[in-house]
Amino acid sequence: MWHSFPFHPPQASTLAVEWDYLYFFLTALTIFFAGLIFAAVFYFAIKYRRREKNEVPPQYEGNLLLELTWTIIPSLICVFIFIWSAHLFMRASTPPANATEVFVVGKQWMWKVQHPEGPREINELHVPVNEPVKLTMTSEDVIHDFGVPAFRIKRDVVPGMYSTEWFEATQTGQYHLFCDQFCGMGHPTMVGSIFVMSHEDYSRWLTSQLNSKPMFASGELLYTQLGCNTCHTPDGKPGVPPLRGLYGSQVKLQNGKTVTADDAYLRESILGPEAIVGYPPTMPTYQGQMNEEEVLQLIAYIKSLGSPGERKATQQ
Amino acid sequence: MSTVAVEVTPTLPEVHYLNADYGWRSWLFTTDHKRIAWLYLFAITGFFAVGGLMATLMRLNLVEPQGALMEPASYNKLFTAHGLIMIFFFLAPSIPTVLGNFLIPIMIGARDVAFPKLNLLSWYIFMLAGSVFMLAVIRGGVDTGWTLYTPLSTTYANGHVLSAAVGIFISGFSSILTGLNFMVTIHKMRAPGMTWFRLPLFIWSLYATSVIFVLAMPVIAITLALIALERVFHVGIFDPALGGDPILFQHLFWFFGHPEVYILILPSMGVISELVAAGCRKRVFGYSFVAFSSVAIAAISFMVWGLHMFLTGQSVYAGFVFSALSFAVAIPSAIKVFNWTATMHKASVSYDAPMLYAIGFIGLFTIGGLTGLFLASLGTDVHLHDTYFVVAHFHYVMVGGAIMGYLGGLHLWWPKMTGKLYPEAWARFACLLVFAGFNLTFGPQFILGYLGMPRRYAVYPPEFQVLNVMSSAGASILAVGYFIPLVYFTWSAFKGPVAGPNPWGAKGLEWTIPSPPPTNNFDVTPIVTQEAYAYGHEEAHVG
Repeated sequence: MWHSFPFHPPQASTLAVEWDYLYFFLTALTIFFAGLIFAAVFYFAIKYRRREKNEVPPQYEGNLLLELTWTIIPSLICVFIFIWSAHLFMRASTPPANATEVFVVGKQWMWKVQHPEGPREINELHVPVNEPVKLTMTSEDVIHDFGVPAFRIKRDVVPGMYSTEWFEATQTGQYHLFCDQFCGMGHPTMVGSIFVMSHEDYSRWLTSQLNSKPMFASGELLYTQLGCNTCHTPDGKPGVPPLRGLYGSQVKLQNGKTVTADDAYLRESILGPEAIVGYPPTMPTYQGQMNEEEVLQLIAYIKSLGSPGERKATQQ
Repeated sequence: MSTVAVEVTPTLPEVHYLNADYGWRSWLFTTDHKRIAWLYLFAITGFFAVGGLMATLMRLNLVEPQGALMEPASYNKLFTAHGLIMIFFFLAPSIPTVLGNFLIPIMIGARDVAFPKLNLLSWYIFMLAGSVFMLAVIRGGVDTGWTLYTPLSTTYANGHVLSAAVGIFISGFSSILTGLNFMVTIHKMRAPGMTWFRLPLFIWSLYATSVIFVLAMPVIAITLALIALERVFHVGIFDPALGGDPILFQHLFWFFGHPEVYILILPSMGVISELVAAGCRKRVFGYSFVAFSSVAIAAISFMVWGLHMFLTGQSVYAGFVFSALSFAVAIPSAIKVFNWTATMHKASVSYDAPMLYAIGFIGLFTIGGLTGLFLASLGTDVHLHDTYFVVAHFHYVMVGGAIMGYLGGLHLWWPKMTGKLYPEAWARFACLLVFAGFNLTFGPQFILGYLGMPRRYAVYPPEFQVLNVMSSAGASILAVGYFIPLVYFTWSAFKGPVAGPNPWGAKGLEWTIPSPPPTNNFDVTPIVTQEAYAYGHEEAHVG
């Protein structure tokens, strides 16, 4: 039982280093202030202990200067912590633009992972070292939470929406993956491993998964199987918006809003289409006709048809 | 230095509220606030025992990484029931309904609360709620966690979610009526001369608590009703498969839930002010700052709910606002701790059990409060959220804080409630056991959380075992520490030495009347001419 008795989780991502600085600062602050209070309480308790059964000490009121001191100093410290931690949170919530994408679907009680190149994993995630990786996650049923202590990352995985988190692993090795949001009976078994591999090992692993189709190809297959192609041709036709160059473009909806056609928008539009300005609202809902992994594959296919900049390039 | 009253051998008054009437009817149909306090004391002690037993079983199970006792399914039901029982049927009612019921009218110089019959009705509603809830537990339990997150609770959980929810729903009405009763009592029943700034700080904190009872409990009632709508009639409110929004539930739940946290700790803070004043024979330092910090906590507590949702898909900017407000709510709590500590300066510090509990509270609450900063801070919450760090933090506040305050208060006012003294040596020993056992139980959990062990895991990776065994060992010491007072309090009620009206030489209206008090509390309505904690002054407020 004593074989391993850690006091630190492994520090295996760029965020983990930054996170630990703030954590150690807060720990030092806690020890300092708790120590200050303990010291004062013990000192007063001993020095001013009751020496006679009936003694009554001299009385005095409060002290405004002291009250202001111990209101303002903690407030300033709080402002300092707030700024530091908000900055860290912003970084943890903003995946770098060059991050490799991986897609995660949580389900009672397993993690299903898809790489854009095709490989699919269950309760495992293989990633290359020193490369930012962005996870786009959703759930088939209840709320789960994808947490990797060694990377100091954690994010709820909520049904009906995409949440994202990112990391850049700095150490090769195998690390815990935990579901951190209670999700029913099998919650403590919804665990897995993150394998951080050197670039060579990672490419070897990718090629060993040759039997798998890239996500966009699976999406293209679904696109014909589900009959999307009967209306939506890549370049569009009268009454139907084009798919080519859709991803990342600005879309005007009939409710007056303009939205960016990102993953979340495409998911909504496939499952419960909202009418776009200039097109009749004829598309039926696909809610319940495909699972979350298939939705992600369809989005990958639409993505493979290019973004607005690329569309202009091909038209010229 | 002046001295307190000359000693005479105390005797029990011939007629008092405990022997004024006999028979079960005189208890179950009583409208005397002091007897109703006893009804609550028995009820919540029972709930505490059940909730504590569940905690014991959980800690036993966690001695082995693969689970020493039970399947995850049973473990999940245990921690759900433990949380719901401790929060709704022990902590929330504990200080308000036992000490508050007993003391509010006496401390403000009244003969009873404003609505004595409503007070009794609150107890019956509470017992009905408890019975419905316990029936759900006995029939098979609930496995959703006390937070009842959707769509797990509405669509996927198989347990008796509905009957448990009905139990909690009913208990809310008991709390609302109690809060209403206390507010009206404090507004309308104060004795002549008892101005707001002469009120004991315990009354201020219970007033703030009552406001939260009245405002927050309806929210959980509505939320539970919505759960029932979705679970029974499949109305899509929270489940996205039905067109609902699971995050909406969290907004509603924590809009109730975070004020609820302050329902649990504010009364205890009030008790600590009384314990420190009596234990130091001194006016509480910075009275008005301590009083207003209670009000500030109650007000800000309604604006911080999003701190539980930093990682749920709430916008990053909403996170900024909630984080900033959470830091703001920490300041009034810090002010209280500083003022209690300053009260001990140049005081006459007693080493009796009530003061030991107060000192224990200050230590544990300081740790609980400071570790709250880790969770209010957006960046650190990313890793610590939903780990044992959170479990340790809120137990430092709820058990180290709220229960230490409750036990300390019971010790201070036990002589008033029963007219008897408890054995001081045993009480000091039990207090030390509670303090040591508590730290051994929950201290290691901070490290477990930092290492990343998620909460609500019936089984866990083997490297977490050593810390879990330490925690379980601490829990067994804690259990002994809680059991000893049960024994000596029971003994003392029957065989304890007679206490006399004011065994502590403390100030306050409750110490000017006999122990136990007569049914009417005061034969003549007192006229108050002094501030609270007027140590060094002669009693001048007897009418």
